[in-house]
Amino acid sequence: MANSFTRMISGRNPAVLLAVGAGSLGSGYLLTDSSSAAAAEKKRLYPPSADFPDLRKHNNCMASALTPGIYARLRDKTTPNDWTVDQCIQTGVDNPGHPFIKTVGMVAGDEESYEVFAELFDPVIKDRHNGYDPRTMKHPTDLDASKVTSGMFDERYVLSSRVRTGRSIRGLSLPPACTRSERREVERVVVTALSGLKGDLAGRYYSLGEMSDREQQQLIDEHFLFDKPVSPLLTAAGMARDWPDARGIWHNNEKNFLIWINEEDHTRVISMEKGGNMKRVFERFCRGLKQVEHLIQERGWEFMWNDRLGYILTCPSNLGTGLRAGVHIRLPLLSRDPRFKKILDNLRLQRRGTGGVDTAATGDTFDISNLDRLGKSEVELVQLVIDGVNYLVECEKRLERGQDIKIPSPISQFRK
Amino acid sequence: MPFGNTHNKLKLNYPAEEEYPDLSQHNNHMAKVLTPEMYAKLRDKETSSGFTLDDVIQTGVDNPGHPFIMTVGCVAGDEETYEVFKDLLDPVIEDRHGGYKPSDKHKTDLNPENLKGGDDLDPKYVLSSRVRTGRSIRGFCLPPHCSRGERRAIENLSIESLDALEGDLKGKYYALKNMLEEEQQQLIDDHFLFDKPVSPLLLASGMARDWPDGRGIWHNDNKTFLVWVNEEDHLRVISMQTGGNMREVFNRFCTGLAKIEALFKERSHEFMWNEHLGYVLTCPSNLGTGLRAGVHVKLPNLSKHDKFGKILKNLRLQKRGTGGVDTAAVGGVFDISNADRLGFSEVELVQMVVDGVKLLVDMEKRLEGGDSIDDLMPEQKQ
Repeated sequence: MANSFTRMISGRNPAVLLAVGAGSLGSGYLLTDSSSAAAAEKKRLYPPSADFPDLRKHNNCMASALTPGIYARLRDKTTPNDWTVDQCIQTGVDNPGHPFIKTVGMVAGDEESYEVFAELFDPVIKDRHNGYDPRTMKHPTDLDASKVTSGMFDERYVLSSRVRTGRSIRGLSLPPACTRSERREVERVVVTALSGLKGDLAGRYYSLGEMSDREQQQLIDEHFLFDKPVSPLLTAAGMARDWPDARGIWHNNEKNFLIWINEEDHTRVISMEKGGNMKRVFERFCRGLKQVEHLIQERGWEFMWNDRLGYILTCPSNLGTGLRAGVHIRLPLLSRDPRFKKILDNLRLQRRGTGGVDTAATGDTFDISNLDRLGKSEVELVQLVIDGVNYLVECEKRLERGQDIKIPSPISQFRK
Repeated sequence: MPFGNTHNKLKLNYPAEEEYPDLSQHNNHMAKVLTPEMYAKLRDKETSSGFTLDDVIQTGVDNPGHPFIMTVGCVAGDEETYEVFKDLLDPVIEDRHGGYKPSDKHKTDLNPENLKGGDDLDPKYVLSSRVRTGRSIRGFCLPPHCSRGERRAIENLSIESLDALEGDLKGKYYALKNMLEEEQQQLIDDHFLFDKPVSPLLLASGMARDWPDGRGIWHNDNKTFLVWVNEEDHLRVISMQTGGNMREVFNRFCTGLAKIEALFKERSHEFMWNEHLGYVLTCPSNLGTGLRAGVHVKLPNLSKHDKFGKILKNLRLQKRGTGGVDTAAVGGVFDISNADRLGFSEVELVQMVVDGVKLLVDMEKRLEGGDSIDDLMPEQKQ
């Protein structure tokens, strides 16, 4: 408790906290002398050009943006927590390309990464987020669910509805970089806050380490729990370290409001239910998020957020709203129509398999969700999904009746 | 350098007990040795290249236990790791290497003349013979910790030196990143190439970073002498051939190693070695000789015998599947090799394998004939 208040009052000032560990720090300092000599020698022997990664076979946003010049300027910089650009890009170097989706290829280790390595993050953000320029643009946040209209889908097609986002706790390193203590602290802060939720949001926490294999498989099959960390995108970024320490899932008694703790982000907040009532899903999402935020603020914590990048998350693809609103939907006729992809593109929607981002679709059921995360508010994105899914259902019905369908005109975005 | 735990100073803001890993489900040498007190004592230290305690143990934290073999659970990032973290590594070494003490001296003997016999293992049972070891180049960080620049420098140095080999050792280097998929699969099927890095033991320690940059295999034209570059160690040196002539395999091994060492010395580089730990390699299990001498041998009857495990143990031999350390045996064919690495010389270890495999084959023949093997039971070798 005292620690968190000290942190809040003094910001991230390490001097206050280091006074506590003065003794152990003494011997560390001596070693730092010989290690800085070694580091200087290494820089001399290996200029940035010697370390520049071989990206010729690569197809991710980082590889498209990283030039030898940028690398040379960033290689020897560190964030205040000693996080480096090599650590940011390791996942993109190790994973040249993903079969279903153009990956970002880099992660942040802490909030400061986005600033210290802006020369690389900014073009990656621009590439990934349709030309959004963090230097000049502002991101709108809007969690007022009452603004959303027509949010009830035809349940003959839409099997389930879901909205997720992520939140990071300011002051603690992100999953690629966090120490075990920090990760455990995230768990403590969030679980304590969640225990304050009431009514339809009241629930409980299941620590991954204490869950039985059977409980765990059950939660995965219900689409509640996150993957065991086998995705090379996650393991190469260091997010699977110390698994399953301080990982877990919290959910309410109805199992329609869930929080993942310490997977790819500090927290992932999910509202979901079977059927097509996206409006209710989003309403619960906003209400729950606001309550959780309030509960952590009571204890002196806050979420990472700024007006250029919105909510700060581990992967640049989730900046802004971090929001993915989607449905599991059956579209047997439309999915076989050659115009399907173009229709999705113009509606700014994305399709995935029903097992999540690393899976292919099985049969005629797809996961359809918004492509965009940054530059539009939560309300705008959810409305976009609602309107888009309604359009897809209309197309499917028309095809059933033997009628023709039209490709809708593309939804506007900001200029690239 | 680059791997996840290097921002050590940040951790010092938290008390040691908060940082101490949860090892309650774990079964590896590191987990047996690392107490909270030891963690507290070592956590603020780093080698001059910046390798920390958490870097050493990450693989052991992430991999609680291996199904076929008790893993070590820690790795070195540079030569200095074995000094700076000796409080952890000395007991791990002692536990792993049969009681080897911090004051013990290790004997190196790479004179193949000192081996007795070994040229007559029955090829109807012994399908192939192989000797491998590793070598690290002094002055460079090891695979868990090296930068791309260092790894490439190691590769260049290795290519330069190996290209100068002559006679039956003359050969060619195949960089992994230029190899075609078919070439690569062929080399894996021939048991020449190393695994694509899917083993969680390797992945968790950071050895697979930047794959396949800087990795490759060099082999002579006969494919009997091979060098792996930048897999789990800087160099893995392998001599192998079909059949049971272990003597010839070991001969080529020693000759080749001596030549390679001379070629590196010409370029002002030496191997990491000291009289206590012998050859210094990434995994503490490979210290000393780093030597694994083994055969692929057919033992369908003996392997079903209830004393098979005890026999191997007494002979100081170890069994694996024919796909390497992470596999199980298929069709009664086993990979049998020496269990020890440190505290015995190269000649002594190969002698154990030669003598031991001879006995195993004799036992197999007896059992084939329906006879007992009770009189052949070996005593425990020391």
